[in-house]
Amino acid sequence: MPKTENGKTQISRRGALLGLGASAGAMAATGVLPGSLGFAQAQSSAPIRIGFQKHATGIGAAYGRWYDATTTAAVKRINDAGGINGRPVEVITEDDGTDPSRGAEVLEKFANQHECDVAFGTLFSHVVIGSAPRAGELKLPYFVVSEGHHVASGMLNRYTLQPGITDVKSQVISMAPFVADNLGKKVTMIFPDFAFGHDHRDFFSEAIEAQGGEVVAKIAIPPTETTFTRYFPSIPRETEVIYHVMVGPAVLTFVKELGEFFGPNRPELFGFIDSLEAVDINSTGLEFLDGTYFWEGMPRYAQANQTDAEKAYRAAVGVDDNGASLDDPADVATYAHMFGCWETLNIIKRGMESADYQGPQDRTKLIEAVEAMSDMPESEDHPQGAKRFNGKTHQTFGSQYISKVTDGKLVVEHVASIEDGLYEDEVDYTTQAF
Amino acid sequence: MDFGPHLMLATLEGAVIAAILVLTAMGLSIVFGVMRVVNVAHGEFYMLGAVLAWFVTSFLGGHPAIGFVAAILIAPLLVGLIAAAADQLVLKHIDYDPDRTIVGTIGILFIIQQTTLMTFGPEARPVAAPFNQRLALPWFEFTDNGFEMFWPWGLSITSYKLFVIAAALTVLVALWLFLTRTRIGLIMRATQQDSETAQAFGVPVGLVYSCVFGLGAALAALGAVLVVPIQQAHYLMGADPLLLSFIVVIIGGLGSLPGTVIAAILIGMSDGIISVFFSPTLAKIIATFLVAMVLVFRPQGLLGRTST
Repeated sequence: MPKTENGKTQISRRGALLGLGASAGAMAATGVLPGSLGFAQAQSSAPIRIGFQKHATGIGAAYGRWYDATTTAAVKRINDAGGINGRPVEVITEDDGTDPSRGAEVLEKFANQHECDVAFGTLFSHVVIGSAPRAGELKLPYFVVSEGHHVASGMLNRYTLQPGITDVKSQVISMAPFVADNLGKKVTMIFPDFAFGHDHRDFFSEAIEAQGGEVVAKIAIPPTETTFTRYFPSIPRETEVIYHVMVGPAVLTFVKELGEFFGPNRPELFGFIDSLEAVDINSTGLEFLDGTYFWEGMPRYAQANQTDAEKAYRAAVGVDDNGASLDDPADVATYAHMFGCWETLNIIKRGMESADYQGPQDRTKLIEAVEAMSDMPESEDHPQGAKRFNGKTHQTFGSQYISKVTDGKLVVEHVASIEDGLYEDEVDYTTQAF
Repeated sequence: MDFGPHLMLATLEGAVIAAILVLTAMGLSIVFGVMRVVNVAHGEFYMLGAVLAWFVTSFLGGHPAIGFVAAILIAPLLVGLIAAAADQLVLKHIDYDPDRTIVGTIGILFIIQQTTLMTFGPEARPVAAPFNQRLALPWFEFTDNGFEMFWPWGLSITSYKLFVIAAALTVLVALWLFLTRTRIGLIMRATQQDSETAQAFGVPVGLVYSCVFGLGAALAALGAVLVVPIQQAHYLMGADPLLLSFIVVIIGGLGSLPGTVIAAILIGMSDGIISVFFSPTLAKIIATFLVAMVLVFRPQGLLGRTST
């Protein structure tokens, strides 16, 4: 220690900090600190840790916020009912910036740093595709809520599952007959220029041709784009129906400019609600949407025939009858997608219970338990409706809704059944080794 | 769409882009011209203008026009003050050294961007336009019945977009008058030509630098307030204008104001027209290619003077 001229010891600030840090480190290493020792003794009562890969920033931020709200509500419900295998559930949230490379890093943190049991919650397909290989290497079960066809197409691996939300291929197969029969056969598609949009482009083109229709133009728009009018002149004059699906922060601008472009004489519009997720359909400039149709994964507005399960789910997440936050009516939810988080967490719970999951050594047993699942009836665990999970393709199938904008609300016109959206298996993940 | 109406729509879209770009690039050009500072944080001042416009309009409420008028007065002023403070706190202390100012402004970029993320959040938020009528535009063609007017599908513009073009022109004229007809403008030009001699003649160069840096940022913010009813305020919106402004300033000649105007119109219009006819990505490729060509064959830019 430094000494002053008169011989007294004087502790400098830096010296004190160093000393403090060193002693804390030593205590942690020998297990004197509370917690480190406590966990070792009570392994079975330690929480189950679920890593939530959240799009907190970047183009997926609105979804991330609502996926978070739904996850929090679902975990609270699970914990209130006694947790999983008698253990509480803890969610570890990490921001992936809606970016594939950061997504893979986040999975690494979940596996190595936070010692999570499973990872969960990713929506954007490019993040899923960027992260899934790392999940396979880390042998970390990765439950995605993404809609993309990449899980069922076989491009990912045995550790990646999508049990809570139907994929795009199934959605568009079940929508195409309605579009061809009620709206028109010559379709122009406007979609975001990445994996999710390409799923729409490829599978809808096939599906509408099967119905005797055709896609007359395909307009791809980068998901980070902020102005759209310049893309619209490529819409051919013969178009009968515009099929639009956009994502990203500028969706409101997209829909507004679509209305400004056409003015009073527009073709029929069929949109995926993605173009309007987290956006109030009564925003100024969107009046032209009246009478147009939207796909919804789950109806944003409480319908006349609302089920009790749907009602309980809506209240638990904190969403009013118009699909907006109970605290702020201007804060509209991503209601058509976020139910996937709720249902996926309940599936993880059931999987862990039937596999008698104790810790990371049982991860493969958990995957096998989920693969063994099939029909799931509508219940408070599955408020969107019944599901049929295909253990071979790791993909679930459920009902789809087509709603019409009527007096400033989305009213369900048509419900496509699970059978409407089934297709041939393209992969059998259960034959892959762990 | 037929070629004629298509071209007209492309030209109108290009004019709106050029109008915003000319303001943003002008800010960057003035800062470089007078201070020789490459301001990498310029795009963030633009973003800050849009975000402040959202705060002002949502705080005031009422008719959109009230909020918009308040935003167009308050947001550029606030952004200008923030920029002047950044100049006093950061750039002044590194003596406007060319290399270190680049690193310094990168730091300012991150501070502004992350502060906005923490306060304003990651969502894109709309600002209502003060007025926004869709104006369908007619087109003419010769048919068997002679000269006829018809209303093509999709050929339209909104009254607000026309206002943006007019407002940008007005600001440009005002800026030109300010620089050439006022005493402050004279002092700025003197500092631009030779800051040491100007200082010898009693010009408070330090103060002029702060004002110029503030003015440059305020111009970017003004462009953003004008554009925010068309797009939306978002914390990452500064990247594109920064890139385009640099392209414009390099093509026009660093520090040359007339060159900046010409280049902004050239880039804005070509961006609009190429985007509509081909693809927006191709428009960016061509603009960047143009920069490379200018740097190879005319490094001083269209109207720039060779450095001595």
